Parts: sequence; C-alpha cells; structure tokens
Amino acid sequence: MEYVIEMLNIRKVFGNFVANDNITLQLKKGEIHALLGENGAGKSTLMNVLFGLYQPDGGEIRVKGKTVKIANPNVANDLGIGMVHQHFMLVDTFTVTENIILGSEPTKRGQIDMKRAEQEVRELSERYGLAVDPTAKIADISVGMQQRVEILKTLYRGADILIFDEPTAVLTPQEIQELIQIMKTLVKEGKSIILITHKLKEIMEVCDRVTVIRRGKGIGTLNVSETNPNELAAMMVGREVHFKTEKKPPKVGKPVLEIKDLVVKDSRGVTVVDHLNLTVHSGEIVGIAGVDGNGQSELIEAITGLIKSESGSIKLNGKEIRNLTPRQITEAGVGHIPQDRHKHGLVLDFPIAENMVLQTYYKEPYSKNGILNFKKIYEKARQLIQEFDVRTPDEYTKARALSGGNQQKAIIGREVDRDPDLLIAAQPTRGLDVGAIEFIHKRLIEQRDKGKAVLLVSFELDEIMNVSDRIAVIYEGKIVAIVDPKETTEQELGLLMAGSKRKEAGVSS
Amino acid sequence: MNSNRLTNIMIPIFAVLLGILAGAIVMIVSGYDPIAGYSALLYGAFGDRYYIGETIRQVTPYILAGLAVAFAFRTGLFNIGVEGQLIVGWLAAVWVGVSFELPKFIHLPLAILAAAIAGALWAFIPGILKARFKVHEVIVTIMMNYIALHVSNAIIRSVLSDQGFKSEKIHASASLRSEFLQSITDYSTLHYGIIISLIGAVVMWFLLEKTTKGYELRAVGFNQHASHYAGMNVNRNIVLAMVISGAFAGVAGAMEGLGTFENISVKAGFTGVGFDGIAVALLGGNNAFGIIFAAILFGALKVGALEMPSSADVPTELVDIVIALIIFFVASSYLIRLVLNRFKKEGK
Ligand SMILES: Nc1ncnc2c1ncn2[C@@H]1O[C@H](COP(=O)(O)OP(=O)(O)OP(=O)(O)O)[C@@H](O)[C@H]1O
Ligand SMILES: [Mg+2]
Repeated sequence: MEYVIEMLNIRKVFGNFVANDNITLQLKKGEIHALLGENGAGKSTLMNVLFGLYQPDGGEIRVKGKTVKIANPNVANDLGIGMVHQHFMLVDTFTVTENIILGSEPTKRGQIDMKRAEQEVRELSERYGLAVDPTAKIADISVGMQQRVEILKTLYRGADILIFDEPTAVLTPQEIQELIQIMKTLVKEGKSIILITHKLKEIMEVCDRVTVIRRGKGIGTLNVSETNPNELAAMMVGREVHFKTEKKPPKVGKPVLEIKDLVVKDSRGVTVVDHLNLTVHSGEIVGIAGVDGNGQSELIEAITGLIKSESGSIKLNGKEIRNLTPRQITEAGVGHIPQDRHKHGLVLDFPIAENMVLQTYYKEPYSKNGILNFKKIYEKARQLIQEFDVRTPDEYTKARALSGGNQQKAIIGREVDRDPDLLIAAQPTRGLDVGAIEFIHKRLIEQRDKGKAVLLVSFELDEIMNVSDRIAVIYEGKIVAIVDPKETTEQELGLLMAGSKRKEAGVSS
Repeated sequence: MNSNRLTNIMIPIFAVLLGILAGAIVMIVSGYDPIAGYSALLYGAFGDRYYIGETIRQVTPYILAGLAVAFAFRTGLFNIGVEGQLIVGWLAAVWVGVSFELPKFIHLPLAILAAAIAGALWAFIPGILKARFKVHEVIVTIMMNYIALHVSNAIIRSVLSDQGFKSEKIHASASLRSEFLQSITDYSTLHYGIIISLIGAVVMWFLLEKTTKGYELRAVGFNQHASHYAGMNVNRNIVLAMVISGAFAGVAGAMEGLGTFENISVKAGFTGVGFDGIAVALLGGNNAFGIIFAAILFGALKVGALEMPSSADVPTELVDIVIALIIFFVASSYLIRLVLNRFKKEGK
C-alpha cells in the first residue's frame, strides 16, 4: 500500500493538557481523507504538527515512506505539504499575485518578475479551474475567492499534499459546491487531500476515507462507502445524535421586534437594506434565509446598533431602539451572537473569564464602586464553561488558545445566559460539530419556549428549515417572502432566495 | 505557563547582557578598556551613597515617563508625546510653585496636580483628534512635542522671568527636596519624588488590572470592534487613555521642576526623558513593575556614565551607544526568544 503521509502515534501536549494522544493517520496518494472530530478534539493541532507549526512530543511522521522531522512550515513546503488555514493569512492591500508569491518571489536581475508571476498564477488557476483574477486586490474579492488564493498559494509552492482546515465553514452553499469541484480536480491531477470538516454531508460526498478522533484519541479509520452519517456522528461524539431537533409547536405571543421600512446604506452609500419590514413575536424563531450579501449582515448590525440606519423604525417591546448605542440596545434586552467571532465576539487576548462578562462587566456583582470583582467573574465563567461544555483547561486560558468551536460555544453561553428578550443568532453553529449543533439548537428552542423572540440568520438551509417557526426570505435588502418551514421545500426556498419568485402576500406580517 | 513567564523575564535580561557585550566590543574596537569603562560606570551609579542618591533621583522621572508610554500602549496607542507632556507638566508645576505661597500640604499637591492636568491636556489634543478624525496619534504627539518646547520657552522668558533664561526658584512649600534624604546620601539631589513615582506604578497596575475602567481600556486596546459590540464607547476610551497617559508624563515633569531643579530654564532641545520613557516601557514589558526595574537600569546607565570619561577616559557618547545597543536587542526580542527556544529544545 502506498501512503504519501503517515502520522504514527502522534502525541502533542500543551502544559498538562493532552491535545493529541497517540493518533495515527495515513493518507493514500490521490485520496481525499476526512479528519472528523468534535470541537477541541485536536484536529487543527494534529494538522499543525504535520505542517511544522507545532513539534510533536511523541510519534513519527513519514512522508512517502521516509521518516522526517518537520521543524517549521518551510520544511513542510519543501516536502510538498501545503495548508489552507481555518483563518486566512493574506495581506489585504496586496494583489492576488503578490500574496501568492510572497516569500518565494521570482526575480529577474534582482527585481520581482511580476509578469512571469502573474502568468504562472493564471496558468495554475486555469489548470485547476479556480477562476481567480491574478491582478485583483484581496480586499476587493469575496471570502470564497480569498480561499482559492490560499489554495493557489500552496499549489504555487509545489504542494502535492493539501490540508484544508474547515474550508467550508466560511463559504456559502454555492461556494461549497464549487470548492468540492475544485477538490475533485485536484485529486484527478494527482494531489492528495486531508479535509477537516464538521459537515457529514460533505464527507459522504467527496471523501474516500475518514479518520475519526475524539478528545485527542484516534477512534478509527473507515471507508466512506461503507459507512453513513449516523455512524460517523456516533463515533465522533460517543453517543447517538439527532439531526432533526424535536420541538413543540410555538406559543406565539406579542410582537417583540418590529421593523418598519428600514433603510440601511453601506459605507459607499449603496442601499443594502431597502425598506425592510419584519416582525418577530415572543415565543417564535424567525429564520432569515438568503444568499450571502443580500443585506443580512447590515440588517443585524442596524438592529444591534453597530451601524447607523438611514430611516424607518425598529421597535423592541414597543420602544423605538433605532440608532441607539449598542449598550442601550443591549440593556433594552437584545442578545447577539455575532457572525464574525474573532472580530466582534471575543477579545482574543483576554482570558475566557473576562470574555464572559464583555457586556456585563460594569454591573453588579462583577463590578462594585468601579472595582472588578474577579471572584464573581471567575465563578460565572466556570458556570458557563460547565453549562455550555466549553472545552478549555481553565477559565484563565486566553480565548485565543481555544479551538474555533469552543470559542463559539463560549460566546453563545454568554449571550444566552443574559436571557435577552430578543436573541439574534448570526450563523450560530458555524464551525461547530454535530453534537454541539444539536445542543445549540436545543438552547435556541429553549429560549423560544421561555417566551423569548429569536432571530436566526444562517446560510445553511438545513438549519433554517430545522429550527425556524417561520422563514423570512431576504433578497436585495427586502423580505420577499415569509414561508412556513413545514410547507416549503429547499427547492422553493432556493428559488425565492434567487429572487426569481416573489410571494408578496404575508410579507408585512 | 510557568516557563512562559520565565522566558518573558529572561528576554529583557538577555537583551541587556547582549547590549553590554556589544558595548564592550565597541569599546575594545575604539581602543578603550571595557573593564575599566564598566567598572567606572558601576561605580558612578552605585559606588557610594552620593552616587546612589543621584541614580535614584534620575530613576524617578524615568519610571513615570515609562508608565506614561506603557499606559497608552496597553490601550493600543503610541504616545510619542511624553516628552512634550513632561515639559508642560514641568512648566505648570514650577508656575504654581513660584506664584503662590501656601502651606506645604496644599501647595505641593496643588503643584503636582497642575503638572498632571497640564500633561493630560497636552495629550487630550492628540486623543480627541484620533477619536474624532482618525488622525494618527504618532504624528500629532510628535508635533505637540515641538509646540511644548517652544511655548514653554516663550513663557519662561516672558512670564516667569523678565526676558531671562530661567524662572525663579519655587517656594520651599512646593518643593520635593528633603534635608533628610540629602543628608543620608551625602548631599545628592535626591528628593521625595521617588515615592511618588513608585505610587504611580501601583496606581497604573491597579487602574488597568483591577478597575472596571481599566478592563474597558484594555479591551479597547486589544480589539476595538469587540469593544464597540460590547457597548463600550471606543472613542471616549481612546481620549481617556491619552489623558491618563499624559497625566503620568506631566507628573514626571513635576519631579524635575519641584525636585531636581526647583525651577525651569529655557531649553535648547528636548530633555530626552520622554523619549527614553519609550525604551523604559519596552524593556519593562509595559508592565508597571517591570518598568521600575527598567527605569533603574536606565537611571544607572545615565548617572554612571558621567563617571566614565573622568576615571576611564571613555567618552559619554559611547555610553549612549551602549544604551542604544540595549534598546536594539530588546526590540529584537523576537530573535532572542527564538534562540532561547532553540536552547530549551536542545537541552531536553
Ligand atoms: N496553543 C495552545 N495552548 C493551549 N491549549 C491549546 C493550544 N492549542 C490548542 N489547545 C487546546 O487543544 C485542544 C484541541 O484544539 P484544536 O484546535 O486542535 O481543536 P479542533 O479539533 O481543531 O477543534 P475545532 O473543530 O473547534 O476547530 C483544545 O482543547 C484547545 O483548547
Ligand atoms: Mg480547528
């Protein structure tokens, strides 16, 4: 059997926390190999070991049969290993080509040969069907395109083993389909791929084999053709997982959030939310479905006061909250799980504990006479860590050191714990494992059953269909339809989201 | 975790040692005896009671200037204007010192307070410009340094003296000088300022680490977006951070005006204390207590250097080179961290 990569009994310890405990992963040439595990199971750590970012404390790595020591990412590059990270590492103000050649610039008489570089990037892009414009600025291209630039970066350096760390978490469904095509092309051209993802559907669709890890330990490797999502979920979580969340019929009460004729313009003065109307009642979950870029982000930022809106009205429990400050809106009873957890959700260099009181630090019991009461803060943090199953060594650990999914659980815990009348959840389960998704969905439904209003924004139609009591379809800054999830299909939603079919009736409700 | 803290302490120590080593090489190359040079330096800094007094006196403004830079830095701002804030603080302190005659327990605090307010006001301007118009604070603070220098010179000439070069001596009731401290240090210029600067370090630590406001300032320093999301007023915190930083710098000026010199004279150029404060903050890891140690080192180098030309024939310029080398090695602490890690691995 021909393995291009063999990671044998890899062990990695942080302090006295074992992140990888004798994990074995073998990658065949030309296969797409999934690495599956819960949040904090140690997937990124294992891949960082392979990419030379961490040094293993035990075990052996073989590349094409030869035992190697990967001291740093340069060594990994030389061995033909490339990595597309969970968070991109691109220079915003550089062009695509400049980013790709950064660190290995082709030169001509001591000067960067930009013509040749652009040509090479264009050729690579065409060969693998990436359709990237080599001269575009990073700041001007979509997240999906930025990811392709990361892929090109590894290909440009001659990688034939590619590691993708949760590549689909940041993509829209369309972009995911395109990425899957790209991965198929890559293996056809002789590359081998390790894919980290929490989406079992994707594993079933593109992968050949899958290695499952749980709490740092290897559970086993399976052929994808011989398994099914239920078995995989059970293997990684260690128990049965329900994909369809059980819920009682909603007890819809009075309106909590009433948005009328809301207009929001972006920094360039373009209208992104266009006379939008929407009402969310107590005791119901309203899901907003839509293709990314149709005004969802701006709508949420306007409700929460992060950006100013032009005109219209936003009422919370009958009180106007439009263009108040974020603090006034928070205190009025709005909780917000933000879409970008690193930008808005967390102060990464603060310990978990200090992140848990980010909106409440100035109130009793956390603060008294202007002095922080750390004892109470740590108590609260421990309670939330326990309740929301945030996997962390302790509450003093910096948020930065947590795995992506556990950072998300920390934020959700903080927001739900404040028990807001209106909970806005933007992509709340992005990057979470199936077990955690189930848990989060339950908590959202629990809030609704307590008579709170929940506004859910998600690009995952599954999630929208599963959790919402009503679905509002957003298109070009307007709510173009309100549908009942029990009476609609993904196909119908897809058409509505594409703006091809309008259902004006019921829009004002 | 523990080993991490150790590395954090090791790095500045390593940097200093490397700087001293490089300084020795420079001395050898230019034909001086490094052992004699460094012995003179050491003697000049700690050799007897007088020198110790002088060193502590020099450490005093360094601590406060370092705190000023560090406070701004911890909240995500570069206050390059500590020098200017120090000068206006000095001026304000002396002004109050010469203009009033009050009981000491009112006059002295009043003079120090005036210095803090003057420094705070001087830093308020770059703070508000940054918060309102996104003007970068580095540019504004540098310009404010020059304005401080020339405005204070003009005031000394026209208001605090009759076209002279220095103000009158401050009234004794506003002075930090102490018969007692002078007598135990063989009549050095040591004054009570050191106590104030040590209190300053405690204040900075307490403010940042223990208070609600400090939490906010640190949050804004690390991540403005998340702070805004959490309902903090980012702009107000930026201004507040600059103002507090400026107050520390102003008090540093009061140390000179009320303690060391007891007057203010027309300056041909900057005092340099404010700029050295940047290096002190850097070496001290922007930590209140690290800064005390860094300030002691800088004070000792500065005072000890005075002894080098007379007893070892080494020119003071060379001492400046040694200080510069130390700063260089501290700034390249990344490199030292790398080397240290390499050693740790090998040792395993
Ligand atoms: N530098 C570090 N210092 C301390 N602990 C760390 C560090 N990096 C990771 N960990 C811990 O190791 C564990 C595994 O983290 P890792 O990032 O590998 O998880 P993951 O499987 O990628 O999870 P996710 O799906 O949430 O991204 C986590 O509990 C994390 O807190
Ligand atoms: Mg990860």
